[in-house]
Amino acid sequence: MELNDLYRDVILDHNRKPRNFGVLEPADATVEGFNPLCGDRLTVRVKMDGEQISDIRFEGQGCAISTASASLMTEAVKGKSRAEALGLFDRVHHLLTDDAASSDELGKLAALSGVREYPARVKCASLCWHTLVSALKSPDPQQLAAVSTE
Amino acid sequence: MKNTALKKDLHFDAAAVRADFPVLARMVHGKPLVYLDNGASSQRPNAVINAVDDYERHHHANIHRGVHTLSQEATNLYEAARDRLVTFINARSRHEVLFVRGTTEAINLVAQSYARPLLKSGDEILITYLEHHANIVPWQLVCEQTGAKLVVAPMDEHGEVHVAEVEALMNERTRLFAFAHVSNALGTVLPVRRLVAAAKARGITTLVDGAQAVPHLPVDVQELDCDFYAFSGHKLFGPTGIGVLYGREALLEKMPPWQGGGDMILSVTFKKTTYNALPYKFEAGTPNISGAIGLGAAVDYLERLDLAGAHAHEHALLAYATETLGKIDALRIVGTARDKASLVSFVVAGVHPHDLGTILDEDGVAIRTGHHCAMPVMDYFKLAATARASFAFYNTFEEVDRLNAAIGRARSIFA
Repeated sequence: MELNDLYRDVILDHNRKPRNFGVLEPADATVEGFNPLCGDRLTVRVKMDGEQISDIRFEGQGCAISTASASLMTEAVKGKSRAEALGLFDRVHHLLTDDAASSDELGKLAALSGVREYPARVKCASLCWHTLVSALKSPDPQQLAAVSTE
Repeated sequence: MKNTALKKDLHFDAAAVRADFPVLARMVHGKPLVYLDNGASSQRPNAVINAVDDYERHHHANIHRGVHTLSQEATNLYEAARDRLVTFINARSRHEVLFVRGTTEAINLVAQSYARPLLKSGDEILITYLEHHANIVPWQLVCEQTGAKLVVAPMDEHGEVHVAEVEALMNERTRLFAFAHVSNALGTVLPVRRLVAAAKARGITTLVDGAQAVPHLPVDVQELDCDFYAFSGHKLFGPTGIGVLYGREALLEKMPPWQGGGDMILSVTFKKTTYNALPYKFEAGTPNISGAIGLGAAVDYLERLDLAGAHAHEHALLAYATETLGKIDALRIVGTARDKASLVSFVVAGVHPHDLGTILDEDGVAIRTGHHCAMPVMDYFKLAATARASFAFYNTFEEVDRLNAAIGRARSIFA
């Protein structure tokens, strides 16, 4: 295990300067994610244009992995369709949990592959994605309960 | 850093004691382990490992009922362990020392068997702000079951609880006051004798959560004068899954059993069951025999140790850690009570506790990060989490230096 592989420059950069950070109003979906193991919380807000994610922002308090992952996620899914974003979630989930997973064509999200060597930290990276998926899959995203990693 | 005046020349020989704990010789990520998570669970000395091993290899059988040799030996070992615990906390008799799974089970037992039959709607249970979830949630459950109210005594920005502020919340509806001897999240040592005296003057029953206290302070339940005292074996250099509930005999006598089953009865018919005498009334089913034997061995080990010297060494470690960590700018110590046990909770600006925990582990340094099962404490300080280094007598000043160096490395990664 190499610490440099976990805290890659891309991760450190997105932790220091999270992209798409803050409130998005009005939003079509607002979902809160919570990791009861560590107390980390974040809120993801999504604006849809039909089936397309026209804007996305997040805010909250979390570790570098959690903040960078959320920042990278917002960059990756903005402008994508609902189906494309859900497909991306599957690939990232695979990347975080399967040693054999390929990071081809994942762009900057590939920086998250170091997390899989640290099983205790996988939930830090996946919290924002579970939160987004909950927003994208719900028929009535304004009425969503908070998402928990447990 | 190495020549600070706080590094007193103690007679206690931590290096010699370390040899008793095999895991301390381990390497983690190619570096010698620095184990600073004793507040979560301490390590076991050979004395405990060997006692459990000897029992498992040579003496195991079920206790109390068999007439054969092994059963008799197992019974003797289990009950001898109880006797050691009786002496260790200075209970009046073996009727007052119940083996349970741990502190959590002990508190739940008191909540369900003592408080629940007693509480009426509008009655109050008093706790403090700095409690571990194990000393909050069992009371919330029993409040839901009975209509009683949970009242929380405040703490200040140092993490101290003031007797006068607790007294102000005691009234004729207060049935029980449950509080920590030592805060697991902040290290605060509470003024137990004065708090118990205040409760006693008003006829209020007291329960002390001693999970974080027994490894660090001499505990004499008669001197503290509390009604219940709970602690866990695995924070006291013993096995997991075993702990003790001390209860005043007169109260235990009146309480109904918590769980029904074998061993807790004298006779059973479908019409009427007669319960066994103390302490067996509260030990339904086959207990954690090897755990109890291991805990007895842990207490034996501690009593052979220079305990006063060990505690003084822990205090010197605390002072040294407080001084040296305090010199790191951007580091803030959370919990600055005057009287603290040997643990330091802290946050480092720009480095989230979880990142810190991962980076320190890479340097072989094991600390706890998170909310420490004390979310109200975290909310009070407006933090989601802290890092916590908790020391045992086998830790050394050099290990505190390693902690400091590892924090420096973490800061450089996030600089």
